[in-house]
Amino acid sequence: MTDATFSPARRQSALGKTALRWGLYIILALFAVYYLLPLFVMVTTSLKSLEEIRTGDLVALPREITFDAWRTAWSEACTGIQCEGVRPYFWNSVLIAVPGVVISTLLGAVNGYVIAQWRFKGANIIFALMLFGCFIPFQVVLLPMARLLGMMGIAGTIPGLIFVHVIYGIGFTTLFFRNYYVTIPQELVKAAKVDGATFLRIFWSIFLPLSLPIIVVSIIWQFTQIWNDFLFGVSFSQAGTQPVTVALNNIVNSTTGVKEYNVDMAAAIIAALPTLLVYVVAGKYFIRGLTAGSVKG
Amino acid sequence: MAKWFESHLPKIVLAPSFIAVLIFVYGFIGWTAWVSLTRSRLLPKYEIEGFIQYERLFDSPRWDTAITNLYIFGGLYIGISMVLGLILAILLDQNIRTEGAIRTIYLYPMALSMIVTGTAWKWILNPGLGVQNMVQGWGFENFTFDWLVNPDRAIYAIILAAIWQSSGFVMALFLAGLRSVDTEIIRAAQVDGIPTWRVYTAIIIPSMAPIFLSAFIVLAHLAIKSFDLVIALTGGGPGYATDLPATYMYAMAFSRGDIGQAASSAMIMMLVVFAIIVPYLYSELRVTKHD
Repeated sequence: MTDATFSPARRQSALGKTALRWGLYIILALFAVYYLLPLFVMVTTSLKSLEEIRTGDLVALPREITFDAWRTAWSEACTGIQCEGVRPYFWNSVLIAVPGVVISTLLGAVNGYVIAQWRFKGANIIFALMLFGCFIPFQVVLLPMARLLGMMGIAGTIPGLIFVHVIYGIGFTTLFFRNYYVTIPQELVKAAKVDGATFLRIFWSIFLPLSLPIIVVSIIWQFTQIWNDFLFGVSFSQAGTQPVTVALNNIVNSTTGVKEYNVDMAAAIIAALPTLLVYVVAGKYFIRGLTAGSVKG
Repeated sequence: MAKWFESHLPKIVLAPSFIAVLIFVYGFIGWTAWVSLTRSRLLPKYEIEGFIQYERLFDSPRWDTAITNLYIFGGLYIGISMVLGLILAILLDQNIRTEGAIRTIYLYPMALSMIVTGTAWKWILNPGLGVQNMVQGWGFENFTFDWLVNPDRAIYAIILAAIWQSSGFVMALFLAGLRSVDTEIIRAAQVDGIPTWRVYTAIIIPSMAPIFLSAFIVLAHLAIKSFDLVIALTGGGPGYATDLPATYMYAMAFSRGDIGQAASSAMIMMLVVFAIIVPYLYSELRVTKHD
């Protein structure tokens, strides 16, 4: 097939190759612009005055940089009747996420260790049942959970939200650790048992020290999930205990007064910063978590 | 006693999580299923009355809109995200020097909350000061881009934002898939003078079938659960033009006080997820057992 055209076409194809390369880079760059543009618009809008937003261009750089919108978003913007900015809700999210992440990761580690290394009859069924729990649409548990939280007296509280996030997080954390530990040969446990090591000791001094990468994956996954959660936050919180995503939505959709787009954007960036930071610092682990449930390792 | 304890410790340790899953996943699904068969309104009732709530649901024009929207949203969101993800993955697979940086840029929206994404796109798409205004300002006076406030177009605004958020993730899935294809086969094909596009269409893409399935499952799952993005972008409006099953359920449960409708719509969502996930999980678990 190539015989007839090979040599005369060679130089032309080298030229064509360079053109193709350039085309490729241009297309990739255009897509980069597409993904970055919303972030760019958010940042520039948050640094403009309302006057400039009204008269200026959506994608234009701010003529005069002002941090007023950021100040308002952080400590003055109104979420319904309260006007304290996103600050208290930001801390609510921290208070929900930190214990939620720690508890669900610990439980996931122990569960994964048992399921992968201490296989008893029925362990696979238990794992399948837990795994399925990861995929249910949470709408199906909202109503009974609301009633149960009420009965337990933790409806609308931060401990209530931590509880919910732990319960529906352990399926995923168990999956992470189980899939990680299953690659460790079972001979290790057998040998340790012969040496007289106990169940907990083997976990503590053999498995945990090996687990750093998967612990990071689990922490990042759970943190992103809990921080970005809206459904549980809006269903199970009340005035004062809302997480930052709910507060952001309230600020953006509050109908009173002048619409302050710059404040909306500053509040949105504040709400996004923690997970963005995690992504920038530990993107590799973030992607591992994302793909863990969908691609077999 | 101590020995019994030690030998049963693994089960004892697993028990709390397992019991929690039994109650809070399966027990709760059972509760919702039960209540969906009753006449519950503001408060749950427990006398079974049959499928009356489901009849009400399927007679409701609002639910009808929600389901139609789910088809439109699901179809376009999954389809376009997969095509875009695949194209980007193939483009990035050509020994791009700045691949790491580009990948980071394409994927970062996945780290954002849907509420943040919704807030950003709501601002960009608002007809008053957003893209429409900007393009009109460039001299195209007749340019209209009012998807967000147009009841017939608003669902497409949501699709646009949803694709922006997750296409980079699909790209990452496909890129991982492309990298796992046996390089020997590709090299052999290249030695034989088979053009690159044929190598992709005849060898590489067919061998990635499991990745297509995974991407489809993940996206379908995200589509059915979509709630935050709709709330942030349109609040289900204008009217209820952009309602999805998830927002319908939430409205019934928490603002309309119609527990029966909330429960039955949640059960339908559950069944849709069930139909997609169960065959997938089954095949996954069967494969792991083989190892």
